[in-house]
Amino acid sequence: MVAPLKQLSLRPDRLTSGHRACAGCGFPIALKMVLMSTEDPVVVANATGCAEVCTSIFPYTAWDVPWIHSAFENAAATISGVEAAYQSLKRQGKIASDKTIRFVAFGGDGGTYDIGFQSLSGAMERGHNMLYVCYDNGAYMNTGIQRSSATPYGASTSTSPAGKVRQGKVQYRKDLAAIMAAHNIPYVAQASIHNHRDLMNKAQKGLETDGPAFLNVLAPCRLGWGFDPKNILDICKLAVDSTFWTLFEVEDGKWKLSYKPRNKVQVTEFLKTQSRFKHLFKKGNEELLEQIQADIDAKWEELLERCGANA
Amino acid sequence: MSAGEKVITNPVKANAGWKELPIGGIIPQGGTARGFFTGGWRSLTPVWDAEKCISCLQCWIFCPDMAIQVEGGKMVGIDLDYCKGCGICAAACPPRTAAIKMVNEGA
Amino acid sequence: MAVKQKTVAESHAITGNEAVAYAMRQINPDVVAAYPITPATEIVQIFSNYHADGLVDTEMVLVESEHSAMSATIGASAAGSRAMTATSSQGLLLMHEMLYVASGTRTPIVMPVVNRAVSAPLNIHCDHSDTMGSRDSGWIQLYGENAQEGYDNLIQSIRIAEHPDVMLPVMTMTDGFITSHGMENVFLLEDEEVQAFIGGFKAAYPLLDTDNPVTFGPVDFTDYYFEHRRQVFEAMVNAKQVILDVAKEYERLTGRSYGFFETYRLDDAEMAIVVLSSAAGTTRFVVDQLRKQGMKVGMLKLRVFRPFPATELVEALKHVGAIAIMDRADSLSGEGGPVGAELRAAFYNEEKRPKAVNYIYGLGGRDVTIHHIESVYKDLANILETGVVGPTVRHLGVRE
Ligand SMILES: Cc1ncc(C[n+]2csc(CCOP(=O)(O)OP(=O)(O)O)c2C)c(N)n1
Ligand code: SF4
Ligand code: SF4
Repeated sequence: MVAPLKQLSLRPDRLTSGHRACAGCGFPIALKMVLMSTEDPVVVANATGCAEVCTSIFPYTAWDVPWIHSAFENAAATISGVEAAYQSLKRQGKIASDKTIRFVAFGGDGGTYDIGFQSLSGAMERGHNMLYVCYDNGAYMNTGIQRSSATPYGASTSTSPAGKVRQGKVQYRKDLAAIMAAHNIPYVAQASIHNHRDLMNKAQKGLETDGPAFLNVLAPCRLGWGFDPKNILDICKLAVDSTFWTLFEVEDGKWKLSYKPRNKVQVTEFLKTQSRFKHLFKKGNEELLEQIQADIDAKWEELLERCGANA
Repeated sequence: MSAGEKVITNPVKANAGWKELPIGGIIPQGGTARGFFTGGWRSLTPVWDAEKCISCLQCWIFCPDMAIQVEGGKMVGIDLDYCKGCGICAAACPPRTAAIKMVNEGA
Repeated sequence: MAVKQKTVAESHAITGNEAVAYAMRQINPDVVAAYPITPATEIVQIFSNYHADGLVDTEMVLVESEHSAMSATIGASAAGSRAMTATSSQGLLLMHEMLYVASGTRTPIVMPVVNRAVSAPLNIHCDHSDTMGSRDSGWIQLYGENAQEGYDNLIQSIRIAEHPDVMLPVMTMTDGFITSHGMENVFLLEDEEVQAFIGGFKAAYPLLDTDNPVTFGPVDFTDYYFEHRRQVFEAMVNAKQVILDVAKEYERLTGRSYGFFETYRLDDAEMAIVVLSSAAGTTRFVVDQLRKQGMKVGMLKLRVFRPFPATELVEALKHVGAIAIMDRADSLSGEGGPVGAELRAAFYNEEKRPKAVNYIYGLGGRDVTIHHIESVYKDLANILETGVVGPTVRHLGVRE
């Protein structure tokens, strides 16, 4: 379990002020929490995307830990090379045997679900000692909000715009966490930035796991989702209370639910907070909203079943 | 402290020529972004009431810009050199405490 | 390459891939990340056996693609370790994006490449289209004629890449199948000699030094990008002297001498062929034959294509009446291959320059016979005789 906030606040910032993410962006919250969750030294690899661009504009770096960005689709491969170097040098006695370094890769949903999918799968299968964290903001934000395979059904993006005949994205999200769990790696989890204890506990577990771990974090983008940034935590809370986004862990193949809303709210409560779904509330789209609700309900039931929590 | 008063070192000399720059685009020191002040982006400003504050550090944990200043586990202020005025801190502050209010600087 | 051996080293009958893998074992890199592709696969297979037998300290990263191979190698190099990979053809093409990242990040990676044609249509045999396609990626390129040169170039590359004035990745080439799978006598160094020659690697800013956090691969806008690229240009220029210095030192160790290129009976030649890699062997043979017939022919075998030794090439060739520049790759400009374009450009400001024709040859492993090379010299003789150059781009050995 991660230390209480008071104790965490004594640790130096590993992601510092002065980065250029939009005011109230979700990813810096996710990243700072992940890095805060361990006191061990870490090395970070970052995929191209908002997190990378906003934090590393030369000569200003917001990283107070060793950090490497090499391209978009390969954060997992890049960190696996760094980790391999560590294993090799340690075995050769060129790194002190009592020194433990943790390895983290950060990627957006585009860099993780889509273009970086193969690299991620490869790194997980090879069993590197690393944690891959996807900060999922549900689209390619850095290039101007294009749809990704993590974009929810119905969301309007710049490449799945709501128009006269089409009502946003017509595919459902890829279930990446389940796919990662199918790699039979020791640790997979899903978290959200509004629940900091849950997120940091999971990050710590992932980092300190012997072997590969994957953490998927809901990290809203105010620009792409269309909301006032002060509402970000409420929106995340609605995401989990509607089970649009679910919190769980898969430890050594065992699924465990981390949060079950006492009163599951309608997904419309979540959707209506963001302008990317605004067209769904127009007259004539009622059926689409019903479809979305039905999909979410079915996936929730499935998750409960996986977790053996269907009581 | 206001923007520009801080002295943040950066081993990369501003506008250095190619002979002076470290090779490979490497930034040879961590956290040099502290030398880039984002406070100017702000349209709303968080105003913190020390009297009301219970130092629960909810604002600190959620601030995306590491602008909440904490010393010895206690909230001591907001660094307006970096604060972008997103209002997350005010929203995170427990409703019964409400120690942070967002105000319009211009007004 | 001088034939005299300084030490009475024993020669071994091995293939080009075996020689390269043997050099890799002696280099003993900290990390090897690789993915199989014909004809380079064998290098990593043989190396894997060394690894399995505990003969190297290497951490093997058996990745799921060449893109990841190069990415992991970059990560490992930035971490502060000595990192290598090997590939061919489509594999090199899949790495393409990362080749620029490796040089731009100044990671001194060394990679043997076994030259192979590129798709489509699919072909596994030798030509130079793969590495010629990487010529602007900021990698130093050394082309080897045979297994011995593949071995020697690889060992020298470690020193070239890691030299503080250079800090650029190096690819060393051997011809697919012709060299990679052909058996030759190769003089091998002792392991200790190789280790003493290459020395240890000490990165200036290793990622694994967690007490001194550095940022690799930042965003560089209009205010700094150009300066960083200017540095890469300078490093490439610096590489010229370093390549020569390392070769000198290597010659002291082995008796085998290397430079930017090798000349053969060129001093008094009136006609010359400029060629890379294994076709030099056939050319040398033809030179001897034609010399017997009284034709003043010579050869220049280019070893270093990046950096391009323009001044030195001009110096070596300016007295020749006519040259044939052989390209085992077509740049598809409609004006010939890359060596042809660059060598002719090198002569642009020279008053005295040979007449030049460019031959595309040997694509997809098409045999280059004695007959072919003879016909090229005959063409050159004809040009000298008539003063008419004729078509500047010609295809050698293709059916009409
Ligand atoms: C090979 C390649 N293709 C496309 C791009 C352009 N590109 C840069 S960032 C980006 C989107 C990143 O999206 P995501 O991973 O979701 O991160 P976000 O920006 O949302 O944080 C794209 C498409 C690229 N850099 N490299
Ligand atoms: S565009 Fe979105 S993800 Fe990118 S910095 Fe802005 S709020 Fe964050
Ligand atoms: S307004 Fe936003 S940036 Fe400013 S202190 Fe509060 S949370 Fe941080």
